[in-house]
Amino acid sequence: MKKERYTISVFTEDIVGMLNRVTIIFTRRKINIDSIAASESEIANIHRYTLVISEAEDMVKKVVLQLEKQVEVVKAVYHKDSEVVYQEIALYKVPTEVLLSGGEAEKIVRAHHARVLSVEPAFTVIEKTGHKEETQALFNQLEPYGMLEFVRSGRVAITKPMKTLKSIVEELEKVQY
Amino acid sequence: MDTIEVKDTMPKQGLMTGSQAVVQSIIAEGVNLMFGYPGGAIMPVYDALYDVEQELTHVLARHEQGAVHAAQGYARATGKVGVCIATSGPGATNLITGIADAQIDSTPLVCITGQVASHLLGTDAFQETDVVGISMPVTKWNFQVTRAEEIPMAIAKAFYIARSGKPGPVLVDITKDAQFEEVDFNYVPFTGMRSYRPKPKLDLDSVKAAANLINSAKRPFILFGQGIILSKAEKEFKSFIEKTGIPSAWTILGLSALESDHYLNVGMLGMHGNYAPNKLTNECDVLIAIGMRFDDRITGDLSRYAKQAKVVHIEIDPSEVSKNVHANIPVIADAKEALLELSKIVDEKTHPDWLQKFRDLEMEEYELVIGNELYPSTEKLTMGEVINEINIQSDHNNIIVTDVGQHQMMSCRYFKFQQTKSMITSGGLGTMGFCLPAAIGAKMGQPNKQVIAVIGDGGFQMTLQELGTMFQYGVDVKIVVLNNEFLGMVRQWQEMFFEKRYASTTMVNPDFQRIVSGYGIATKKVVKREELADAIKEMLNHKGAYFLEAIVGKENNVFPMVPTGASVSEIRLK
Repeated sequence: MKKERYTISVFTEDIVGMLNRVTIIFTRRKINIDSIAASESEIANIHRYTLVISEAEDMVKKVVLQLEKQVEVVKAVYHKDSEVVYQEIALYKVPTEVLLSGGEAEKIVRAHHARVLSVEPAFTVIEKTGHKEETQALFNQLEPYGMLEFVRSGRVAITKPMKTLKSIVEELEKVQY
Repeated sequence: MDTIEVKDTMPKQGLMTGSQAVVQSIIAEGVNLMFGYPGGAIMPVYDALYDVEQELTHVLARHEQGAVHAAQGYARATGKVGVCIATSGPGATNLITGIADAQIDSTPLVCITGQVASHLLGTDAFQETDVVGISMPVTKWNFQVTRAEEIPMAIAKAFYIARSGKPGPVLVDITKDAQFEEVDFNYVPFTGMRSYRPKPKLDLDSVKAAANLINSAKRPFILFGQGIILSKAEKEFKSFIEKTGIPSAWTILGLSALESDHYLNVGMLGMHGNYAPNKLTNECDVLIAIGMRFDDRITGDLSRYAKQAKVVHIEIDPSEVSKNVHANIPVIADAKEALLELSKIVDEKTHPDWLQKFRDLEMEEYELVIGNELYPSTEKLTMGEVINEINIQSDHNNIIVTDVGQHQMMSCRYFKFQQTKSMITSGGLGTMGFCLPAAIGAKMGQPNKQVIAVIGDGGFQMTLQELGTMFQYGVDVKIVVLNNEFLGMVRQWQEMFFEKRYASTTMVNPDFQRIVSGYGIATKKVVKREELADAIKEMLNHKGAYFLEAIVGKENNVFPMVPTGASVSEIRLK
């Protein structure tokens, strides 16, 4: 089966070691995690992990069932890129002199709708949010001017077709055992 | 979910140390027997155990692996949660094999480990190991306690998780300072959590769909596994198959859920299973799998497995459904609940011609394999004839415990079972060394049953230190070592697939008679056929533990066999 990019959202109780329990499911099957982001959810004490992997859907389905099987996982779901609204953030550190010279670099920053977060005598930090392709495009254009440092976050994603987490949790809390 | 067993002796309440809280929590769960091995980081709990010897017996194993396998044997023989306890570091890591075994074979276990004091965590302190991290992939749940107040809840949760849904092992790691700290103890059994709903709601539509398919089937075939035993559905299962007249075959963990001589029991599935059920898997039109998970040893090549059949899969764990074999009709449910509903709406039927096909193939297998194994004309004894002699002489109030390898397959194939939970074997993990300690646990859990441990000469030497445990507690296990002076199963594969290159499978064994005698256990060695019946008689009648060593043919093979990568229908009789 064809490999595609999937976003897996895992909602868990907020406890120590949960990230480990989640990631070993992938490790064991030798699935590389392209990106991972952990944060709170809209419900207190429920954390969400957003993972991106490239795999065949059949495997993704099985992995999600394995995730759901974990005692402290409240819910796990997977989506194709078309089913989620997602963003990543990238930070670029470039020499300030490149931007001061009034040349191409400034135009590049403008064209990409990136913003300058901090200007120091030696370096400037630029921020760009978008899809990976977009943050990568800016990287590719800035790189020739001297990239001092680069970092990109994991994907965060909001799912389009989904029951609200609140309704899922309410249903689970109603179950007797 | 099982009902929580409440003991007559209520646990204490009020101020106590964390270690007393550990012990009182275990007592509150109705446990009266546990297995373990002491050490530095768990000493406070041992000290607390000293005060409750009347209510909670601690069995000192000779190695932590022995303790955990004994807890497994206890759990498998009784259906209760097995409990074991060990210290930090090597004590904890020595439990891992048994925990992994319990995970893959769905055995309810609560393992408690001591841990270095919380201020030392992560410092590479003496006997510190990250057992929570190490055990994470092989436990159903685990938790580290660093404060005494967490203890009652952690242990209550541990028992709940271990025994509910699809059972499994859990581990609670308790730092030494938490064991010393004081806590105001009040035990409240755990009743559930939103992220873990172990009992799926039975979907009656799926039951109807399953019934329709079963009713329309011409050649239906049932595969049953340990799910029947775990959900205590033996009776419901039997009524279901008797109503529908469907031939039923078992996985080795499902063995003993249905008596061996039932007219619809058509034998063992898998690599060394019976000829008929393997062959006919690829001829049935509806395959009904109940409480089993289509392990690769059952299916052989998946791309040629039951492709002609529509599949009904009754299973409590959603992640097992369509994992290996696509289920046309999944019934995600507790086996007992599903079978009760299903039995109401299936047609009463018989399938005499179809059943006869199984019997015909069974005859073929008998002529080429079974007859020779049970009534051999060879000079040396065979494993099968030793097992058969035990069948003939025993009253079937037995629990058979096996190790892993040729003797295990022979035991599964040839022992006859009348009672549920009377076969205990390491199926999924295939842990050599499992048998002797598991048999000790089984006997201590079911003291009124005759427990017979069947072991190879290889596996026996992996955990024979547990003879010490048998000796100390006077555990009456009958040990049968089938000695072929080889690691027989590996040797068989070397013979068949590695041009007889017997790399490191020859065993030069010590005098087992002298070793076992040293533990005060009666022994006998059998070489000749004419001595066998008397020796088994002596063993079965002997009061107390007994060790019978049978010298069997060195290069005998287990057949039939589905070679790795072959289809079940390509099962070989020789």
